[in-house]
Amino acid sequence: MKNLKVLFIGILAIIGVLFVSSRQLEKAQGFSGSNTVTIYNWGDYIDPALLKKFEKETGYKVSYETFDSNEAMFTKIQQGGTGYDITIPSEYMIQKMMKADMLVPLDYGKIKGMQHIDSRFLDLDFDPENKYSIPYFWGTLGIIYNDKFVAKQDMQHWDDLWQKGLANNVMLIDGAREVIGLSLNSLGYSLNSLNNKELTQASKKLDSLPTNVKAIVADEIKMYMINEESAVAVSFSGEAAEMLDGNDHLHYVIPSEGSNLWFDNIVIPKTVRNKEGAYAFINFMLKPENAAQNAEYIGYSTPNKEALDLLPKDISQDKQFYPDDSTISHLEVYKDLGPEYLGIYNDLFLEFKMHRK
Amino acid sequence: MMTKARRVYSIPYVLWLLLFVIAPVLLIVYQSFIGMDGSYTLDNYKTYFASSTYLRMTFNSVLYAFLITLIVLVISYPAAYILNKTKHKQLWLMLIILPTWVNLLLKAYAFIGIFSMHGSVNHFLEFIGIGPKQLLFTDFSFIFVAAYIEIPFMIMPIFNALEEMNPSFISASVDLGANAWQTFWQVIFPLSLNGVKSGVQAVFIPSLSLFMLTRLIGGNRVITLGTAIEEHFMVTQNWGMGSTIGVVLIIAMLAIMLVTGEKKKKRRRAN
Repeated sequence: MKNLKVLFIGILAIIGVLFVSSRQLEKAQGFSGSNTVTIYNWGDYIDPALLKKFEKETGYKVSYETFDSNEAMFTKIQQGGTGYDITIPSEYMIQKMMKADMLVPLDYGKIKGMQHIDSRFLDLDFDPENKYSIPYFWGTLGIIYNDKFVAKQDMQHWDDLWQKGLANNVMLIDGAREVIGLSLNSLGYSLNSLNNKELTQASKKLDSLPTNVKAIVADEIKMYMINEESAVAVSFSGEAAEMLDGNDHLHYVIPSEGSNLWFDNIVIPKTVRNKEGAYAFINFMLKPENAAQNAEYIGYSTPNKEALDLLPKDISQDKQFYPDDSTISHLEVYKDLGPEYLGIYNDLFLEFKMHRK
Repeated sequence: MMTKARRVYSIPYVLWLLLFVIAPVLLIVYQSFIGMDGSYTLDNYKTYFASSTYLRMTFNSVLYAFLITLIVLVISYPAAYILNKTKHKQLWLMLIILPTWVNLLLKAYAFIGIFSMHGSVNHFLEFIGIGPKQLLFTDFSFIFVAAYIEIPFMIMPIFNALEEMNPSFISASVDLGANAWQTFWQVIFPLSLNGVKSGVQAVFIPSLSLFMLTRLIGGNRVITLGTAIEEHFMVTQNWGMGSTIGVVLIIAMLAIMLVTGEKKKKRRRAN
């Protein structure tokens, strides 16, 4: 019994010491209320050098946290707790957060540099007049193939994923909207379809795909494609950019019949504690030289047209990542489907995953 | 005096149970009766039992968990038995427990390297002339890795049961003329059954909802109920449906506990 008491008190003492020392550490690093900007971003989605530069230029301290899905971010911000000043959701999630009254309308009197943003990426359906959000990166969904295993002319459209020679050689991104969407697109329908007949047809078409599907995974696709574990993969353009860096045989195609065009935009959530700092960060990221440095580091497409001019030609003129207007005109942005249809898409996707090889 | 002190010490434990065991289970049960629109409904259960997808998924989960448990048992029993006979028991036991100190994710990633197209297993297969095979994303690799991870949790209770066994029973059995096989089958095995049962519980129950491995090693080509729960909580935000599947899992686990626990009581009474 005495031992137990000693153990108990010991543990409490250790907790106390750790708590005090972590507070001291935070203070020593300068994290104290008003001069901290808390940024909640996707993993590996900013050049770390830029964060340092931001701290140096503005005198703010950056507390940086990451998430791995829009939904995880949404849940965390909804539950409060941490005072995030900045977060970077995708377009459909911005719509959802607007509906849930989780975003602060932007004060354009405090924002400098909006003129640098390409007008094609402003005033879009998900956020008319950009009341809440400012474009950070944009990109597409497409096919990555290895020219050792597949010829260029055989891999230009979604339908090519179904071809006979690819048994057990296609990797798909683990997302209901992406997989159901590519099937809808291949049939010529919108990837935001709310039509049950079209959805049934799309899911029927997917029934014959599993023989070709090797795995339905997420970030691991990068590693597998670079190691030539699989011939073809469906993933996002930014992921593709990293894969292309890692293996010269890989190429990225945006199927011309249609695909997803996505945006990740900077927003200020209602959990904000340091508004001035949040605007300082937005202005910092709008500067063409910073946007260019970030785009070169991450490999996603920048919406900042002046940053584009600063990028090396082999990046800014790469049709794989900066497609021409005719391709862009076939791309669609995800719309918030509403809970009922989101459920239907996910049930269909679950059914697709259940197919045996 | 003693009982009073004991009662005081039990307060944190009771609080813990209430907060982290009873309350979450009640919350899950409560959530499972709430529809997407926030009203009370039985729809989630109706959807679950009317959907061939969910029922097949449940069947798959149980089947995989059963196979994993069976394989783990077949490997662990002899291992625990031999372990109990060795000289430096504690050292060997320690070596078997050691892998549980390594994070599960790290182990899964290690297996990705081992099983991949250019991994060590395929190098070996190539070397002996079989040629590379697709190992990742198959039932085989999923069950193999799951079994590997669960083995220490089966060996431990069996080992303890064997170690606690009174050696005079074995001497008596031998003295009374039983051969080695009879001694094992009629004396040692029945006496170690309690260890086997707790081992089965410790392996089967977590195996029912292994979901990280289904993605990392199974490439989502192996789907269990855990996958569906994750999707409902994270993507569709249909917490009601996710909770319903959770309730089904809890009931399945209770059933396993009852099946493996009931006989224990009867046996004790018979003894």
